[in-house]
Amino acid sequence: MSVDGPSHKPVHGPDHPQSVGHVVARKEVFFDGSEPLRLEAGGSLGPVEIEYETYGELSSRRDNAVFICHALTGDAHAAGWDAGPGGPLRDYRRDKPGWWDDVIGPGKPIDTRRFFVICANVVGSCYGSTGPMSVNPATGRPYGLSFPVVTVGDWARLHMMLLDRLGIDALYAAIGGSVGGQQALEMALGWPDRVRRLIVLSAGRRITAQGLGFNSVARHSIINDPYFNGGDYYGGEPPLMGLAAARMLAHITYLSEDSMGLKFGRRFQDKSGPEFTLTGVEFEVESYLKHQGESFVRRYDANSYLYITRAMDYYDAAVWGEGDLVKAAARIQARTLAVSFSSDWLFPPELCRELVSALCRAGRPATYVDIPSRYGHDAFLVETETVSRLIHSFLSN
Amino acid sequence: MSVDTLNIDPALVARVLELMSSHEATPNLNGRWQDQVILEVMPREVSVLDLGCGDGELLATLIRTLDIRGQGVELDPMAVLKSIDRGVPVLNLDLDCGLVDFADQSFDYVILESTLQTLKAPMAVLTEMLRIGRRGIVSFPNFGHWRVRFDLAMRGRMPMTRGLPYGWHDTPNIHLFTLADFYDWCGAHRVSVTEAYGLTDGRVHPLSAEDNLTAEEALLFLEGEPLP
Repeated sequence: MSVDGPSHKPVHGPDHPQSVGHVVARKEVFFDGSEPLRLEAGGSLGPVEIEYETYGELSSRRDNAVFICHALTGDAHAAGWDAGPGGPLRDYRRDKPGWWDDVIGPGKPIDTRRFFVICANVVGSCYGSTGPMSVNPATGRPYGLSFPVVTVGDWARLHMMLLDRLGIDALYAAIGGSVGGQQALEMALGWPDRVRRLIVLSAGRRITAQGLGFNSVARHSIINDPYFNGGDYYGGEPPLMGLAAARMLAHITYLSEDSMGLKFGRRFQDKSGPEFTLTGVEFEVESYLKHQGESFVRRYDANSYLYITRAMDYYDAAVWGEGDLVKAAARIQARTLAVSFSSDWLFPPELCRELVSALCRAGRPATYVDIPSRYGHDAFLVETETVSRLIHSFLSN
Repeated sequence: MSVDTLNIDPALVARVLELMSSHEATPNLNGRWQDQVILEVMPREVSVLDLGCGDGELLATLIRTLDIRGQGVELDPMAVLKSIDRGVPVLNLDLDCGLVDFADQSFDYVILESTLQTLKAPMAVLTEMLRIGRRGIVSFPNFGHWRVRFDLAMRGRMPMTRGLPYGWHDTPNIHLFTLADFYDWCGAHRVSVTEAYGLTDGRVHPLSAEDNLTAEEALLFLEGEPLP
């Protein structure tokens, strides 16, 4: 998902009363003793760092924690302004607040005057939690592809351990969109007594064959970049072209035919007609995607992209019911809100409805809303007004 | 054309005319009388699926006062939001496009209030409600009411009543039927009516199949999986 997000909306500066202000990320280290973390896919990892941010205050009864799961290329910086932007990949934070600043803050739908909000980066990422870009203490060099395969289940488990450290027994709510929605779902499935409310946006039990296809093309373009070097590129030139192409493709899957038509149509870029060039930019949509690719490579690591998309590929919530989604859904104790968007073709409404159906079949109460939107998969970040209204209402009860 | 050639009982015509002359306007009722009946007869701690739950008021009250397990289904997005505001679990679905996959007999009651006559496929939904629920509760405006009959037969106009307040061009009611029609359907499909209530002149009363001329609206409790 795009943390570049929608750019047309006015943003609050850090001094605005509805902003959480300047924020500093923190880290917790796990498995720094002799025993490493045994990962779901069989590998092991240790030590494991988790970067996270929090907003608001934990209540004395420790019952007001809301956990935010970020999407594919997201980070722990969900709200407010980074107090010290910069450093590798984080320069983009100078110009914009956290990726869900529209929704998190004082008086916002996830109201930090009422809730203690936590957002943590996933392992395998490149935003402070241990990932392929981190230095392997055994070798003194970045892991690269020697980093073990991680899964959504590993993300959820590590974040539950983070909650242990923070002294939080049960979450008031776990919330996420896209693969973040899948992580929130995983938390509710794996730790049913620790998640009281679950909000899943633009997600489902697993991605479709089409989704697997998109991810495979993205990885193909990274792996075959001449600078990829088996993932060992940290000393030199990174595989920027491959990563940019991966992002351009992914970006198309976040939009819809309708939204691209409206935004760009077939308009030419800064000219009234074609120049009949094969290698230059002719259309507005080409220029836009090129820009998306170029800005993305300045803020993301190619190896992380491989690991995170793989985690998304492997995830299937039905594992909790030995392949039977209804049996899995029967585990969930949380009150669930699932939201789909009509034009989303990465997680189409049918996928969301499949999950809701399983909850109903399992006799669990469920709330489901399909929002008519032309913004495709990105709608969960773009349709702020509707999403805000739903989240606020669902969290109020 | 005389009444005799249509095989209509002259006594019936006289009765309609008498009812017509003795009534001014139907008294207005506050709120949905059906909700009041349901709240009075519903046992505690049962499970209830409300198809077309609107703003969730009935379910919210049932959850609060009778501690039921409730689930709503509603098409209108604004009504869905109000249900969520009330803390009622609600699915934003079109009944005519098929429900989600509820298990057989997984609710004690399935409610379909004032909705049957608006559906494109009322029989499919009725069958589905009696599959999912051990009991069904339906309410509908009675197209056999004398005022409806008078409007159509004597005035030659599409009826407009408390239960049928719309013009012919903007009515959501596309499958109109009478109390007698519905009892016929139940009989033919071996669905039993276990309890029945009617609204007549602003008064709620136990209903029988014979009230086709006088009941404006009907609320029936049903049991049994319909025969195909």
